[in-house]
Amino acid sequence: MNQPASGSGPNGTPMISMNNVQKHFGALHVLKDIQFEVPAGQVVVVLGPSGSGKSTLCRVINRLEPIDSGEIRVDGKILPVEGKGLAMLRADVGMVFQSFNLFAHKSVLDNVALGPVKVRKMNKNAANDLAVGLLERVGIAEQKDKLPAQLSGGQQQRVAIARALAMKPKVMLFDEPTSALDPEMVQEVLDVMTSLAKEGMTMLCVTHEMGFARHAASRVVFMSDGEIVEDSTPDAFFKSPKSNRAKDFLSKILTH
Amino acid sequence: MTPEPSGAAQPGSAADVIKAIPLRRPGRWIAAFVILVLVVLFIYGAATNANFQWSTYRSYLFDRRITKGVWATLQLTFLAMALGVVLGVALAVMRLSANPVLKSVAWAYLWVFRGTPVYVQLVFWGLFSSIYPHLSLGIPFAHQFAHFDIQSLQAFFFFAALGLGLNEAAYMAEIVRAGISSVGEGQSEAATALGMSWPLTMRRVVLPQAMRVIIPPTGNELISMLKTTSLVIAVPFTGDLYSQARQISGANFRPVPLLMVASTWYLAITSVLMVGQYFLEKHYAKGSSRTMTARQLRVLAKAIGNPDRGGDGA
Repeated sequence: MNQPASGSGPNGTPMISMNNVQKHFGALHVLKDIQFEVPAGQVVVVLGPSGSGKSTLCRVINRLEPIDSGEIRVDGKILPVEGKGLAMLRADVGMVFQSFNLFAHKSVLDNVALGPVKVRKMNKNAANDLAVGLLERVGIAEQKDKLPAQLSGGQQQRVAIARALAMKPKVMLFDEPTSALDPEMVQEVLDVMTSLAKEGMTMLCVTHEMGFARHAASRVVFMSDGEIVEDSTPDAFFKSPKSNRAKDFLSKILTH
Repeated sequence: MTPEPSGAAQPGSAADVIKAIPLRRPGRWIAAFVILVLVVLFIYGAATNANFQWSTYRSYLFDRRITKGVWATLQLTFLAMALGVVLGVALAVMRLSANPVLKSVAWAYLWVFRGTPVYVQLVFWGLFSSIYPHLSLGIPFAHQFAHFDIQSLQAFFFFAALGLGLNEAAYMAEIVRAGISSVGEGQSEAATALGMSWPLTMRRVVLPQAMRVIIPPTGNELISMLKTTSLVIAVPFTGDLYSQARQISGANFRPVPLLMVASTWYLAITSVLMVGQYFLEKHYAKGSSRTMTARQLRVLAKAIGNPDRGGDGA
């Protein structure tokens, strides 16, 4: 279950590793003894029915949700429980949310530059240059003076990706980045994600976009009821899923 | 971009031109007329009524005692408000904290200070020296009181500001709490994910957005505080605007013009505060609306010609 299927990272230490991770929400057991690694440079797509624990899997990696027991390492370092160490680690882990969560009172440019200035202590001009460069890369540099509420959902999510990239993260976490978007805006966000994947960014994406999983992922992890049920290449997963739960899930998704 | 005007509305075809007649509203005209007549009658009556004693009003409007009273009232207002805001923020954070001790302390504070009249609280502060005559012993910040003449004017001023401020803190706490709660959880989550500490997240992300909700009621509280200072006679502090006006009228037996003098000053200060509030509200409303500012429209106009400008909803 734990063997990476393809495209393993160049060096020994995996970018993310989880060991015997357990997590409860009250009586609900949402992560059951998770054993899981993401080598550097891999793009891992996490699939699964809603309530399977895939979002939680994503959120425990930078400790937006604390775990009950087990061990999580990012780039070989064990995740600190709190304080400066945890903040520094979070700065190295980019995160993109389903609901964008752009800072509503700040311009697009300031949204991207805030982290570098306040957390990385970069000087303001350098941070602005960096932000403009990233906004160009995601294709919305001309909107830099607008406020988030004045952008479309797809544009907002691209700003959110630029904001995460501005911290020069070692790994990017995507928590259903296209689930809140109108259908015609999904592609522009997926395009940005695909180009990131091609550049060798280590990525963990929780998503329902099967096309993205097929074409951009080096590995597909299928979760159900808080467990990792399958871990294989996209080809193997979509053509010949092993477990009944995965077959059932795929039949529901791919029939229409 | 611009919709084609439909045939019926085309200028030139005179037969189709619709003559729009605004809806007649006779009620408004009648009401306006009646009110105008009443206002004119009142102003005429007030100007000619000798009982208003306008000459006395004019001679006391900028009287030295009155302006000193205005100054004391302003000091009381801003000191009490500053104490109220600082303590209110602290109480709000306590009420939102996970610590049950802090939570219940804050709740009890609110219960006491909101549950009793401010006038009664001010009388209590005036009696402070008789309740706690030996203040200098065993109290952590006793040194503040050590060289403090409890019967002096400064003492009463101090207790007046303290009493008003502590009362205000209870109300401010609820306003601040509502403001913080109004900022979505995703905002602090995103800041945390960037590696920002809790204080930094509060200062840079949550509080600036909470201000939009906090400022308008705080402006109301400030204006309300200005007028509540007229109760400090309960302490008894007598240096404020209202007390000064009362003292003068106690000596010259002309209460009406002096009440007019006091009211004029209260109104003038309130008006200045309202202007300030308007600009503050405008500043902190940023980001809550999709409407673009003139500056943004200019920037956008410049960017036109760029192929990727579609879908901005402008």
